Amino acid sequence: MNPFRYARPSSPSAAFTDFAGERRARYVAGGTNILDLMKIEVESPPLLIDINALALASIEVTGDAIHVGALARLTDVAENEQVRTHLPLVAIALEESASPQLRNMATIGGNLLQRTRCPYFRDTATPCNKRAPKSGCGALGGELRREAVLGTSEHCIATHASDLAVALAALDATVHVTGLSGNREIALHDFYRLPGDTPHVETSLGPGELIVAVSLPLLSYGARSTYLKVRDRAQYDFALASAAVALDLSGKTIRQARVALGGVATIPWRSLQAEALLRNAAASRDTFERAADAALAEARGRGGNDYKIPLAKRTLVRALEIAAA
Amino acid sequence: MSQPLVGAPHDRVEGPEKVTGEARYTADVVIEGLVHAAVVPSGIANGRIVAVDDSEARAAPGVIEVMTHHNAPRVSAAKPADSDSLLFLLQNDRIEFDRQPIAVVIAQSLEEATYAAQLLHVRYEADHPETNFDAAPRYVPKEIFGEPATHQRGDPEKAFATAPVRIEQTYRTPTEHHNPMETHGTVAQWNGEHLTLHDSSQWAFGVQRRIAKVFGIDAEQVRVIVPYVGGAFGSKGQMWSHVALAAMAAKLVGRPVKLIVTRPQMFGWVGHRPQTEQRVALGAQRDGRLVCVTHDVLSETSVSDEFVEPCAVFSRDLYAVENYGMSHALPRLNISKPTYQRGPGESTGSFAMESAMDELAYEIDIDPLELRLRNYSERQPDSGKPYSSKQLRQCYARAAERFDWGRRVPQPRSMNEGRLLLGLGMATASRNTHRTAAKVRIRANSDGTVVVACGTIEQGCGSPTVYAQLASEILEIPFERVRFEFGDTNLPEAPLAAGSQTSGSVGSVVVKAATWLRDKIADLGGTIPPNGIVLDVADEPGENDESYATQAFGAQFAQVVVDPDTGEVRVVRFVGAFDGGRILNAKTANSQFVGGIVWGISMALFEKTRYDARTARIMNANLSDYLVPTNADIPNPEVIAIEADDPHINPAHVKGIGEVGITGAAAAVANAVYHATGVRVRDLPITPDKLLV
Ligand SMILES: Cc1cc2nc3c(=O)[nH]c(=O)nc-3n(C[C@H](O)[C@H](O)[C@H](O)COP(=O)(O)OP(=O)(O)OC[C@H]3O[C@@H](n4cnc5c(N)ncnc54)[C@H](O)[C@@H]3O)c2cc1C
Ligand code: SF4
Repeated sequence: MNPFRYARPSSPSAAFTDFAGERRARYVAGGTNILDLMKIEVESPPLLIDINALALASIEVTGDAIHVGALARLTDVAENEQVRTHLPLVAIALEESASPQLRNMATIGGNLLQRTRCPYFRDTATPCNKRAPKSGCGALGGELRREAVLGTSEHCIATHASDLAVALAALDATVHVTGLSGNREIALHDFYRLPGDTPHVETSLGPGELIVAVSLPLLSYGARSTYLKVRDRAQYDFALASAAVALDLSGKTIRQARVALGGVATIPWRSLQAEALLRNAAASRDTFERAADAALAEARGRGGNDYKIPLAKRTLVRALEIAAA
Repeated sequence: MSQPLVGAPHDRVEGPEKVTGEARYTADVVIEGLVHAAVVPSGIANGRIVAVDDSEARAAPGVIEVMTHHNAPRVSAAKPADSDSLLFLLQNDRIEFDRQPIAVVIAQSLEEATYAAQLLHVRYEADHPETNFDAAPRYVPKEIFGEPATHQRGDPEKAFATAPVRIEQTYRTPTEHHNPMETHGTVAQWNGEHLTLHDSSQWAFGVQRRIAKVFGIDAEQVRVIVPYVGGAFGSKGQMWSHVALAAMAAKLVGRPVKLIVTRPQMFGWVGHRPQTEQRVALGAQRDGRLVCVTHDVLSETSVSDEFVEPCAVFSRDLYAVENYGMSHALPRLNISKPTYQRGPGESTGSFAMESAMDELAYEIDIDPLELRLRNYSERQPDSGKPYSSKQLRQCYARAAERFDWGRRVPQPRSMNEGRLLLGLGMATASRNTHRTAAKVRIRANSDGTVVVACGTIEQGCGSPTVYAQLASEILEIPFERVRFEFGDTNLPEAPLAAGSQTSGSVGSVVVKAATWLRDKIADLGGTIPPNGIVLDVADEPGENDESYATQAFGAQFAQVVVDPDTGEVRVVRFVGAFDGGRILNAKTANSQFVGGIVWGISMALFEKTRYDARTARIMNANLSDYLVPTNADIPNPEVIAIEADDPHINPAHVKGIGEVGITGAAAAVANAVYHATGVRVRDLPITPDKLLV
């Protein structure tokens, strides 16, 4: 690990001011991702700005949303009664993430900004456009089992690793940020960037911009929602495929639906095509299969990750069945 | 003593030390003046080092020396005739596998060494590495552990041609890396021409002899101390490069050096289970009686060294079948040298053989357990020798009963648990067991305490506990009065703690020594003289050991559920019954069997080292991407030890039990998955993508 300086500001403005003085700085919240990346030499910030002294850990219902502070720990959000009752897809996504120890440390803000688990990104002996722009993509033509089939480019095919972000994509949550140029709100569908030819740019956050909170809209039918994660191990494993869904049912008919996929795409992948197919259709396996086909219509496998296309479809069908039951 | 001590589920004597963090492992060793070393592994798998720029590393804080092939002490890395591995000791610029050691940075602290190691800039000339298992040139090894690699009894080919029922399939197992909780590590200290090593090893004496050859000194000039070993599973059975690198570094800087292998480096130069491809051909009568078995094995080896995964030994010594053929051949790849991993050959070989037996059972529609019974061998089929003991029938019966095998509906995909598919599968477990010469020193003190000392090691199996149990029972004194000392070449010589041989080897000489001491004390009228009684005792296998076939057996039963949509497999129940001879300690023995089963489940469902096929770079060299099971993946394995006295096997009457638990376990899971889904997965691990049908 590189030597680095350490700061522990006590206000958001002090935090982004510290950042402005050192553009290569990094914030540290739970540290479960950034410290790991520093140890394996993928990140080497000269300054680490510890934001844990900021008062950003509250979880409150405000109007039609649950307002979650960026420093709320995954465990606290997963155990929150409001979240469990109104938005089970969020609680389940969190409970299925990482391990209890990690969930006790990891924060909501950090989770949304965790980097990909692409093995080439994490290995400095290999090329990677995301880690070292223009060095090439090690994964293309290599070990592909965990790489994405949706939203890929010829420059990067890395899967976005967060479970929570998939649930938030289904909800279209709002990310609240602050920085030198003031406060702003970013809708989740605008927050993540497709890799294109700049895979190192992952979000629409500006340099030093700090996430202060995420608001989770209290979707009227949020109680009928779920998150299904498929993985090799029963626990403590990243998704091979996952689906976050919510259904608004009237008898056997679907009025509205929310669908997002994880484990298979370069960003948390909301599928408006699947939602359109589900709207006003009968809640049946047949409908669900058509929706799944639509969700994966543009998917592209490259050999070692071909299996993700049928797997994601099945995962989505099953998630919809669970939500409809 | 009224209650026999041997067999009792005695707590480990070192248990409290281990769970409170008091126990000392190699990484905990502190010596005056100690400095720290970090190994720099190669970033390519084939080629040479063109240039090393160490200026930045040398300028980093705390750095004492950077050892590369330019300045490393000249030593002998060659493989001596009696040893098993070539070493990579910075003697030239060649690189032949990913993560080969190419430099060592020595600094005042571990952090400084680790940091400076990143600052070393190495320029390579990379050649295309051989990574293609199927296409790489292969050769037939001369022998496998002293036995022929190719062997035949009867005429398997002819028998197969005319067999009424034929099964012929190819099975694959991937490269798997050992991941004991404690990684490898060494502390090296020179005193003139004398070297002291603290090392995490399965064999202090093997390290002593090998390191002496590296430096061209006498073995007597080397002392190897082995503190507690935090697991090894075969990976610490031989001396790997870092041990010598630590000693070379200590020589170069004139200070004691500590070198701890990191987790990613566990995927470097310290061995792994090789990838295999196994063709199994079974010919049978319609009633299931085998007429022939052929088992042809390919297992990967490294560019300039040889290891054979002896898969076919399992099928050779298993069922009563007249015609049998086996072969082993080795493709050479740009990988590090493979080595023993728990149940070498049997774990992988049993997956192939016992999957094939399952396929045969379905083919002729008889119960898989009944098929095994119809081919039960009363004598070891190949050698024709009687077994010293064999309780396999009882294993089958007791495990089947506990598991309620009778509920099985034969048709695949016909049982359910809710919406999940339920599957039941079984397999036979078997592992040859043997012993080698060992020595102990026994001392009775005038205060009535007894010390048994032996240079064997403690790697988590419970040796200090079970040998104290054995000795105290014979001496008829309380267990607490016997202490077992271990882990030092200054103590009497013990064999390699591997191959399930330690209890049989050291146990037998402990029995001999304790018996001698008991008689001696009786001769002295029951008193111990003020300066005590001491004797060095040796024991070695005699003629008796040659006249019997010595094998541990077992029966493995797995119950799985499979999600019909997502292909996720979970093992929900596992029952294993084992014939392990006399059990020395019910608790530590249970742990051995359970540990074997856990690893078998892991082989079946999770473990696989994933290489980049272009570069031979390992892309999952960490415990986040190389999957081993979590608690949630393992049901509580139910173990039944079928105990029977085995007076023929050795004076301790024990069979080795460290490895038999893993054999057959992966096959039982694979067979259960077939029963649940109707999908036969012939290449491990069985991941969801293989069940999407
Ligand atoms: C072994 C392992 C298994 C895991 N399994 C899963 C899993 O199954 N599913 C899953 O979703 N995740 C998983 N994770 C990832 C884990 O959830 C993330 O590491 C964690 O959520 C990151 O949160 P943190 O607070 O620790 O972030 P940190 O490590 O502190 O920060 C991560 C990044 O976010 C930035 N950052 C943090 N907070 C803010 C903020 N408020 N504003 C701006 N930038 C900020 C940091 O600068 C850094 O770049 C796993 C991690 C590990 C180590
Ligand atoms: S897929 Fe993306 S993250 Fe992975 S190696 Fe290619 S560029 Fe890097």
